[in-house]
Order: sequence, then structure tokens, then C-alpha cells
Amino acid sequence: MTRPFLSVENLVVHFPTPDGVVRATDGLSYTVEPGKTLGIVGESGSGKSVSSSAILGLHRNTSAQVSGRIWLNDIDLLTLSDKEMQARRGKDVAMIFQDPLSALHPYYTIGDQVAEAYRVHNKVSKKAARDRAIEMLDRVGIPNPQLRVDDYPHQFSGGMRQRAMIAMALINDPQLLIADEPTTALDVTVQAQILDLLQDLQREFNTALIMITHDLGVIAEVADDVLVMYAGRAVEYGTTKQLLTAPAMPYTLGLIQSVPDLSSDVNEPLRPIPGNPPSLLDPPSGCAFAPRCTFKHLVADNLPDTVMPELEEIAPGHLRRCHLTEHDLSKLTPKPAEEVEVV
Amino acid sequence: MSTPLLEVKDLTMHFPIRSRGLIPRTVGHVPAVDGVSFSIGAGEALGLVGESGSGKSTTGRLITRLHEPTSGQIIFDGQDIAGWTPRQLKPLRRDIQMIFQDPYTSLNPRHTVGEIIGAPLEIHKLVPKQGRLRRVQELLEIVGLNPEHYNRYPHEFSGGQRQRIGIARALTMQPRLLVADEPVSALDVSIQAQIINLMKDLQKEFNIAFLFIAHDLAIVRHFCPQIAVMYKGKIVENAPREELYTNPQHGYTRSLLSAVPDMRQAVVGGRRERIRYTGKEEVVTTTER
Repeated sequence: MTRPFLSVENLVVHFPTPDGVVRATDGLSYTVEPGKTLGIVGESGSGKSVSSSAILGLHRNTSAQVSGRIWLNDIDLLTLSDKEMQARRGKDVAMIFQDPLSALHPYYTIGDQVAEAYRVHNKVSKKAARDRAIEMLDRVGIPNPQLRVDDYPHQFSGGMRQRAMIAMALINDPQLLIADEPTTALDVTVQAQILDLLQDLQREFNTALIMITHDLGVIAEVADDVLVMYAGRAVEYGTTKQLLTAPAMPYTLGLIQSVPDLSSDVNEPLRPIPGNPPSLLDPPSGCAFAPRCTFKHLVADNLPDTVMPELEEIAPGHLRRCHLTEHDLSKLTPKPAEEVEVV
Repeated sequence: MSTPLLEVKDLTMHFPIRSRGLIPRTVGHVPAVDGVSFSIGAGEALGLVGESGSGKSTTGRLITRLHEPTSGQIIFDGQDIAGWTPRQLKPLRRDIQMIFQDPYTSLNPRHTVGEIIGAPLEIHKLVPKQGRLRRVQELLEIVGLNPEHYNRYPHEFSGGQRQRIGIARALTMQPRLLVADEPVSALDVSIQAQIINLMKDLQKEFNIAFLFIAHDLAIVRHFCPQIAVMYKGKIVENAPREELYTNPQHGYTRSLLSAVPDMRQAVVGGRRERIRYTGKEEVVTTTER
């Protein structure tokens, strides 16, 4: 059997700190195929960014303890030397960061920075790299790229900077693109443009895309598959349709219900998830979501507090981590959120 | 109709552009807020939406008088406060309070929660020293925090809890108008709904009027029966929410609404219309999915 294009297996990222080990990512597995988009959803501190930066080898030479396997085209990225990784970073795998203002260097022109990404991986003249940068800026929809190429980041608007970041990430035709909250810092109208652009480019270059976000609306628009992370672990994994229409893990359901849309009843109060996300320092040994779960009373004994549920397949391609025996949450009656005792 | 609590008339704020060099001179002005008018009744909520740079935050800061308006009137409770001096404004600061976007930078890390929430009591000398702690604990309870935690520092709380502290601080003076500038956009999704519900409860319980500044159209729709849309310093549309969302009049409003990702619609599939507003015209693109 051939391995998927990108296959992350049992990825663990731990950060030792004076207060103990922070288990940022614990036993994470997923796959992505070319031309497809995997959405990773989670709240701050759920490990979604940490696990993705591990693919680029950004935890090398830090105190982080990384284990597991990251197969890209049948090569385990974690076994590569720094030099080998460097040759792939920005070429095979590229990343778009959340805040383009802090990801761009203020002292260099946009053109220099976009061209540098090209020159690092290709033996070309400055002139050729510059031409290629202009071509990419044009491709991502920056007007007058021949002139704007010599602008500095502060002369660009937020949306334009993010376009420049995308140009930089795609200049080497990467097979895998990781976008870490690429539109969170942007206005809705600009967000829509950037998402459309990413999808157009993905179709054109057949790139595999990992979209990290906390916005389920964004996920619904762009992702083929979704991975929901909570406290460093995958809690639900399946196609976008499976997850959004039949969420089988109370946290996913809670996320969907807590977000109002343009047609929800304004006289009804919103339905938040009670409590706060747990600390990853010394996390509970049982289900990490149990303290906030409105379905917990339906599970026998104190199972959720002591035993970590396994990821189980409940339908083809649909996995969840939950103690509940029923898969269809709409058949169950949750406790009202106010009655959940949150420590 | 009775007179509104807050009435803003033709409010304008120009930021000066300074030339570089040894002796900076003002070489021009940026009209951040350009002839804005609206009103908010007691206990009501007005939503203010728009892109970054549209002047919505500046408007909020003008009303709380953190900025000096260039011209126009800010009539609060029948008095025009636009030209008031800081000394004149001091008693008014009880009535108008602000909730900030970022609960990480808007709380002093060296002060305990009790000091943060109790500071207004001390400044305005409303409650004798002995009564302050009781009032602080009362406020913590109101916003859903443990009243025994008054001795803790902000870093001991999560983002959502910090925003509750920010709200408690704003409530200390029993304000009649709260300016909430993106109060939930820095919070986790599962927490946003908690804070919105809390603010809605407080609004009802204490009859507080809200100027709710945000870019999340779904949340604004949920919180505010009346919504004003700002574009390049001007209010281009001000309408009741049902009308604004079903029958938007301005091109920019239509482009905003078309850009909101819709979870439910995206799953069903179908035609997706996006409208881009260039300032003069609307460009419509349609995609099948």
C-alpha cells in the first residue's frame, strides 16, 4: 500500500519547563493528499500551531521534545538532518503565518523578501529572481507589481501583506502549504478575497493545504477534511460534511452551537461551552474535555475523569475520542450549560 | 419619543499629518471620522461595524472622550460634552465606561484584580474604604468570577476570565453607557458566547446602553437591534438589524454581508456570490461549489 502524500503519525511535541512538561501535542495522526485541504480547528493552546510547525522542523534546536513520524512523499521529515530539512523548508513545504506584519521584515522591500525565498532554493541571478517575484505578486493579485515590488511592508495594507506572504510561500511551487490562521488578522471582506485566492492557487498548483483556524465558517468554506484538536489531542476527525452535519464529539458540537450565524434567532441567548480550556501543564489523565462536557452525566461512573478515551472510527473515515456509546448526539439530552460545575 | 441617552451630531475627527524634519509642521489631515451622526437610547444597543481604518474605534474613543473631536456634538444626557475639559469630564466618566478588545494588555499586570476593579471607587471616592472590598466581591460575583479571587493577579486568569474582569471594572461606577470595542474578538470561540451572554444579561439587569464596535457581523446582529455601517470615516447605512441583513441599501454593506463565511450554507453547497465594493461600484463574482 502506498503511503498518503503527507502522513503524520503519532506526533508528540512536549516542552519541558521549570514547572513541568507542557504536553502541547500528544499522539496526533492525520493525512493530507495533493489538491486537498485539511482544516485543523482548535482554540488557543490546543496544539494546532505547534503540531504544524513541527512539519517544517521549526522545533529543531529548541528544548522541545518531538517524536513520531512525519512522512512527506515517503520520507520521514523528523529523521532528516538540519541541512536536509533546510533544503525542503520553503521549497517542498511552506507556511503562511497569521500576522503578516510581524512575519515580514520592515527593513527590506517586499520584492527582496519574496525573491529571497526563490534565490535560496534556486541558482538564479538577482534579476531573474526579481522577475519571478513580480510574476508571483501579479499572480496573487497585487496591482502594479512592477512598482509595488520596491515597496516596504508598511506601505502595504493588511490584505496586501498577506498576499505578499502567499506569494513568498508559493514562489517555489511547494507541494504542501500550511496556513496558520491566515485571515484572523484581516477584515471579513479581505478574508473572503484571501480565501478565494488560496483556493484558486491550490487548484492551479495542486497543492496540499493545511488550514489552521478557530473559525468554523472558514473551515466550512475551504476544507475537505477537518481535524478538531482539544488539549493537544485529536478529538474528532472526518470529512467537513460529517463533522459539521453530524458532530459526534460534544466539543465539536459545542463549537458549532456557540457560533451565531446570520440567520440564528436573536432572542435566544447564545449557547456557549461552559468553563475554560485546560492547561497543558499536567493535563488530567482522563478525557480533557470532561470538566466542560454537558454529556458527561450520561457516561457511567467517573470514567471520563480517569480514563482517556481512544480515537475510534464510528463511520468510514469519521473518528472521535469520546466515552459516549451513542454516536448521534442529537439523540441525547445534554445538561443545561449552567448546571455544569466548572472548577 | 423621549430624548436619547446619547446623540452624536456631525462628529468629525481629523488626525494631523506631520512633515518630517527638525521642525515638524502639519501638512495635511486624515479625516478618520467624517461627519458621523447617530443616537442611542437608554438601555439600547447600537452596533458599529466596518473594516479596519473605517473610523469605528476612533468614534468609540471620541464618545468616551479619549480623543478630542475636531468638530461636532456629543450630547450625553442633554449636555454637549464635545468641548469639555478633563475637569468637567471627571464626573461624567462614571456614566460612560469602556470595555477594551485585548484583555491581556488592558489590565495592569502589577495590580491585583481587587485593585483594578476597586480603582474607580477610590478615584471617585464613592464608597468608603471599608466598603470597597465588599463592592469588588459583589462585582466579581456579577460577572461570574469567584469573589474570593480579588487578591489574584491578571496572569492567573484565562482570556475569558480577564475579559470578565475588564467588564467588572467598567461596571464599578454603574455606567449608563458602555462603549465595547471588539470585546470578544481576542477570545476563543467557545468563550465568546459566554461573554456576549454576560453582556446581554447585564444590559437587561442594569439598563445599560451599549455602543458595540465589532467586525463580526453575526455577533453584532445577535447583540444589537440597530446597526450602523461605517466606511471611510462615514456612516453609510444605519438600519434595524432585520432590514440591514435582509435588504442592505449600500454597496459596502452588501459586500460585507457577502463575505461572511456561512457554515450551514457551505455544507449544503450551491451558488456563492461575493461582492467587492470598490468605493464606486460593486463587482460580483459567483462560484459554484
